[in-house]
Amino acid sequence: MAQLTCQNLCVGYDGKSVLQDLNFEVYAGDYLCIVGENGSGKSTLMKTILGLQVPISGRILTGDGLRKNEIGYLPQQTLVQKDFPASVKEIVLSGCQGRCGSRPFYSKEEKRLAAESIRKMQIESLSGRCYRELSGGQQQRVLLARALCATRKILLLDEPVSGLDPKVTAQMYTLIESLNRQDGITVIMISHDIAAAVKYASHILHIGDTVFWGTKEAYLHSAQGRLFAPEKGGETL
Amino acid sequence: MQILEKLALYWTYPFVRYALAVGVLIALCSSLLGVTLVLKRFSFIGDGLSHVAFGAMAIAGILQVKNEMPLVMAITILSAVLLLRTGQHTKIKGDAAVAMISVGALAVGYLLMNLFSSSSNLSGDVCSTLFGSTSILTLSAAEVWLCVGMSVLVVAIFVLFYNKIFAVTFDEDFAKAAGTNAGGYNLLIAIVVAVIIVLAMNLVGSLLISALVIFPALSAMRMFKSFRSVTICSAVLSVFCALMGILISILAGTPVGSTIVAVQIGAFGLSCLTGMVLGGIR
Repeated sequence: MAQLTCQNLCVGYDGKSVLQDLNFEVYAGDYLCIVGENGSGKSTLMKTILGLQVPISGRILTGDGLRKNEIGYLPQQTLVQKDFPASVKEIVLSGCQGRCGSRPFYSKEEKRLAAESIRKMQIESLSGRCYRELSGGQQQRVLLARALCATRKILLLDEPVSGLDPKVTAQMYTLIESLNRQDGITVIMISHDIAAAVKYASHILHIGDTVFWGTKEAYLHSAQGRLFAPEKGGETL
Repeated sequence: MQILEKLALYWTYPFVRYALAVGVLIALCSSLLGVTLVLKRFSFIGDGLSHVAFGAMAIAGILQVKNEMPLVMAITILSAVLLLRTGQHTKIKGDAAVAMISVGALAVGYLLMNLFSSSSNLSGDVCSTLFGSTSILTLSAAEVWLCVGMSVLVVAIFVLFYNKIFAVTFDEDFAKAAGTNAGGYNLLIAIVVAVIIVLAMNLVGSLLISALVIFPALSAMRMFKSFRSVTICSAVLSVFCALMGILISILAGTPVGSTIVAVQIGAFGLSCLTGMVLGGIR
């Protein structure tokens, strides 16, 4: 059974639909890249999957033992976070919030989980540092560690490499790939970078005037794939 | 020695003890949520809501309500909820919304007072509502106990929900996606803020409440790097400044509210210096 199934999904905001009639499934261990132009509704789709917005019509089903609050989310950075006085440890630990329910304080187990996520993201040396003093790439690692505290199964990443330089971008992609390959965590990622999407993803969801959903190989032979990704590993759009 | 004797003499008056107790408690409560409010870009909410409370008092005065507290509290809480409810995703952004409500309520309040005034000294009334009258020196024992009760409640709520407040302030969307009831906690923060502001109006008056909310938080943020240390530092600073402010105002005969704020400004300057020195060492 699929971890995530979207049936005839129609998403949008304020009653206006941006994307209609989406049908796709995500299985455990998949690496799905959602690509498309600005304003095509990528972020809206992701917010709907996360339950931050209600779908206009259609259904989102979770299966394979995945509960709604077991999704790890890496959002785009907000203005508030730019000068937020918080240590790396505090931020990563806040990823355990969903596990707490109405319990006011974190348990030993949750603190251990946070420490483990910090280690996995190789940011132990930063754990006492202040978030706002870190570089963009370091901040993304912190937020990824936080997302790992919330889930062991599926990560939703909203443009995880935007604003990062090429070297850090490559490191970030490698990190995400290892989470997918070694830890078996399902990845759903929004990206502008079709070349990278084609390189790392197992499945592609291309949204726009026409919608494509399928494996990477099928995408490369599709009309959109030929249009946007002329050759494997080609120029960034 | 002369100062100590003078203080000892004043200490024998109950109203001085009441003023100190209430001042310290309100400073503590307002500083706790100050960090959250400053970070959420709601620095001016203290100002805005206190103007709403001013407008509400004007309405209460016209209706000749005997006990104006419940009405003022209700209207202020409602405004706070409206302001904070929608969080990050509003059409009118935080600062504009606060400015709108603040100026609007002030104007309407003054207009109503003018149209239906029962008092002969209108500008005097307005002035004392805005800048804090001597009401902190005329507190009754019952009011002090009310304030103590409220403060205990606010501190308890803050400690119990500390982790949730952090999560919701840092990243509302993530908190929601992880299943935290972000809307509920925003509502809770709004209500607590409104309660504190209505209480604090007795201490420093409408115009100076913002200072109690903003200054300790900003000072603490200059010096400390984690949310926990910033929160603790801002609480300590706020209580210290309130205490100093009240003592100085008693000794020097200056207005209580403005003296406290003057001390806060001094503390902020010192914090900036400390922050710079610490930053230089690192």
